[in-house]
Amino acid sequence: MQETRTLSQRLHLDLPLLIGLATLSCIGLMVLYSAGEESTSTVIRQAVRLLVAFSVMLAVAQINPRHLFHWSPWLYLAGLGLLVAVLYVGDVAQGAQRWLRLGPVNFQPSELAKLTVPMMVAYFFAERTLPPRTLQVFVAALITIVPTFLIVRQPDLGTALLIACSGGFVLFLAGMRWRLILGLVLLLAASAPAMWQVMHDYQRRRVLTFLDPEQDPLGSGYHIIQSKIAIGSGGVYGKGWLNGTQSQLDFLPERSTDFVFAVLSEEFGLLGVALLLAVYLFVVFRGLYIATQAQDSFGRLLGGSLILTFFIYVFVNVGMVSGMLPVVGLPLPLISYGGTSLVTVMAAFGVLMSIHTHRRLLSN
Amino acid sequence: METRIENPVIWRRLSVVAILLLAFSGLVWRAIDLQLNRGEFLQMEGNARFLRVMKVPAHRGKILDRNGYPLAISTPVDSVWANPHELHPKGARFNRLVTLLGLDGRQLRRELEARKDREFVFLKRQLDPGLAERVMALGIDGVYLQREYRRYYPMGEVAAHVVGFTNVDDTGQEGIELAFEDRLKGTSGSKRVLRDRTGQSVADVEPIRAPKAGQDLVLSIDKRIQYLAYRTLLAAVKRNRARAGSAVVLDTRSGEVLAMVNQPSYNPNNRSDLVGSRFRNRAITDVFEPGSTAKPFTIAAALGSGRFGTDSLVDTSPGYLEVGKYLVKDIRNHGKIDLGTIVQKSSNVGASKIALALPPEELWQTFSRFGFGQVSGAGFPGEAAGVLNHYFEWGDVHKATLSYGYGISVTALQLARAYAAIANDGRLSPVTFEAANGKVKAARVISEEVALKLRRMLETVVTSGGTGTRAQLEGYRVAGKTGTVRKVTPSGYSEDRYVALFAGMAPMSSPRIVTVVVIDEPNAGDYYGGQVAAPAFAEITQGVLRLLGVAPDDRSLPLRQASATVPSRSVMERIQSALAQLKLPPERHAPEATR
Repeated sequence: MQETRTLSQRLHLDLPLLIGLATLSCIGLMVLYSAGEESTSTVIRQAVRLLVAFSVMLAVAQINPRHLFHWSPWLYLAGLGLLVAVLYVGDVAQGAQRWLRLGPVNFQPSELAKLTVPMMVAYFFAERTLPPRTLQVFVAALITIVPTFLIVRQPDLGTALLIACSGGFVLFLAGMRWRLILGLVLLLAASAPAMWQVMHDYQRRRVLTFLDPEQDPLGSGYHIIQSKIAIGSGGVYGKGWLNGTQSQLDFLPERSTDFVFAVLSEEFGLLGVALLLAVYLFVVFRGLYIATQAQDSFGRLLGGSLILTFFIYVFVNVGMVSGMLPVVGLPLPLISYGGTSLVTVMAAFGVLMSIHTHRRLLSN
Repeated sequence: METRIENPVIWRRLSVVAILLLAFSGLVWRAIDLQLNRGEFLQMEGNARFLRVMKVPAHRGKILDRNGYPLAISTPVDSVWANPHELHPKGARFNRLVTLLGLDGRQLRRELEARKDREFVFLKRQLDPGLAERVMALGIDGVYLQREYRRYYPMGEVAAHVVGFTNVDDTGQEGIELAFEDRLKGTSGSKRVLRDRTGQSVADVEPIRAPKAGQDLVLSIDKRIQYLAYRTLLAAVKRNRARAGSAVVLDTRSGEVLAMVNQPSYNPNNRSDLVGSRFRNRAITDVFEPGSTAKPFTIAAALGSGRFGTDSLVDTSPGYLEVGKYLVKDIRNHGKIDLGTIVQKSSNVGASKIALALPPEELWQTFSRFGFGQVSGAGFPGEAAGVLNHYFEWGDVHKATLSYGYGISVTALQLARAYAAIANDGRLSPVTFEAANGKVKAARVISEEVALKLRRMLETVVTSGGTGTRAQLEGYRVAGKTGTVRKVTPSGYSEDRYVALFAGMAPMSSPRIVTVVVIDEPNAGDYYGGQVAAPAFAEITQGVLRLLGVAPDDRSLPLRQASATVPSRSVMERIQSALAQLKLPPERHAPEATR
């Protein structure tokens, strides 16, 4: 076995996953060139970020999951501390307090929480018998809810949603009873009016806009109407690369970041969309496969949660851009322009690869 | 432990896979729904957002004179407009814009505020393209250009009344511009342009419909004759301190209007100081009583009726005639005179006696056939028909006064046309402002013989002993008639306000042109048609004949080498005509109201 180890194995990389991610990155750069007004510097900047993100993935992949397991409580607590800190000393940008200045780099503690929360929940269940008892479920829920709440306060609804999901996925994968799941869903539904009360104005507006975008076509409904038009006008084959009129002519807002999917849809049509979703599906299923192959509960739960959270990213973004879901500020991972969440996403894939590639070593 | 939960784990995994597949299918279904099912609709919606159809203005047809000289041409200009939604009327750039356009900033702000709900407000129309470019270089949001055409009239006020003008929207408002609007205006085209979110057109996508330029129009007007007539009329109006004036030059055969000028005129290229009365093409819109210039038509009726011959004698003594309770007077007692002398001396009594001897129907028909009381059919906007009462309404007084041109109203164009029929051997041609091509459908109104007799009589008017000696030309024989008409005022016929007329044709042996000169209210002493209108007639006609290269038909007077355009009079001739006037005071007739 040792003699036949390939380069990717030695580097603790999972080749299928890597290929999938690289494909997405390439598609992303290509669409970005079109969405970013054909500016080479934008593409180069994003390529550099991708390089950094892939390096982070590579680095994380080297860490043995066992170490991650032991670090989990400390990382979780550190993350929690930073989330509290950001509420008090964080920089305000665009009406939200998300950033923490750490020397030369700006840092979003909520990004860290995307990893530490599922790690902590997985850690919590790792040594316990599964399926979890109700009390354990509530402890796990608490582990999830506290950072989620802190992030909601920033406010950053998208990230909060992701973190809540990541904790929830661990619970689900841990074998939480269906009855309990049903109960929670009902509880959530019942608390909807209360949530409406605590929501910010812009959040309420987004929900209303989602329900009826035509109500304010030039205001809050503008994003969604324009992006639906951009997607729809792509047709089956698309208008061709760099030929998307909606996006090129500045009608589509946020077209290189959150709404980049609309640019891709307009220029590459249904075929392009299908291809992109297929690559995402491949990555997600590869991730799930890795999770199922994990040799301990921690790896299985964490891996599963991370890949499902990645899926939520894709689903929410595409759903939002195509008008199926309300506008939630989530980027399309690996395609959207931007670095912060990219690093986190790739670190998560690093964890997955680590889980997968350290498996054999453990079995040895 | 692993084996104990084997089954639930499998179920859980399966449910995860199922949910994932379902979710992805949801996304794909959504994409299919948007891109396949609703693709066409959304594409349309999209196109509506960035494709705009823009109007491409058509080039308006040129108006040319009969020799191809331009009388009206269109030049491209740019108009600056703004969308009040997008234009923020503040800041240094806005102030620069205001300065460049020469506008009042505060007023503009008010206007933009007042039209906040509109999307289109002209800031300034018809700038020259250089300035427009500088305006656009300011790069102000919500400020746009629109290509337009501006009309330019090279002849300015000289041809203003005939050519007319267009408004700022390139639509004909007056004159030929209005009359031939349908032919001159093109069909504006349209093109699809790509516009970005700010509404600036980024690129032409495709022409939808090419603009169809309007047709060029060749007028019957001769630029040189028009100039000559204008200059002569202007001088005559000034010299006589007249209120207004008109002159018409017609081609006798084709009915083409070679020149039509009026005073006062206006500059169609700069209409900022325009007064409505200056617009009027008086030669066509204003009517007057023709006075003695109508006498030839009375004579025509007399000759045509067979009751009179050229040598028939009419007793005009004692120089007045009682008709009912009215008195028709001559300037003096002419005694027994023939028809020719009635015309030459312009005897009102003679004309009245002839009219009273004729059946009213015949008199009316003659006048009517000559085109009085009807529009000429040239299609010129605002043309007056004049008044010729039907003979059912006539009494003896009306019949008598009609014979010497009262109780009837005509336009200068009508008068010229009727004289052209006499010139054209009795055939009345339709009047046209377009260069005639091909045969003219002329209607016979009097016999050739009568027409010739009339011309001979009319020639005596101009020769020694007549009222219009100052209408004589060098080298050409002339036939014409003077007219001096008291104007109607609210309190009856005026004692001191006249219209001086001369209508005539040349060369007499085979008339090519008819010229009518109307001088309204001469105010510098002279007011007789023979003094005021005849010299202008002579000057115009002499010049026109020379310009047209018409062969002289008069060998009796020595031909002088005349200067290029202004016909001058020999000293001998001036003395002659002065003598003629001393001996023979020009006509003067008492109109209707003399009890």
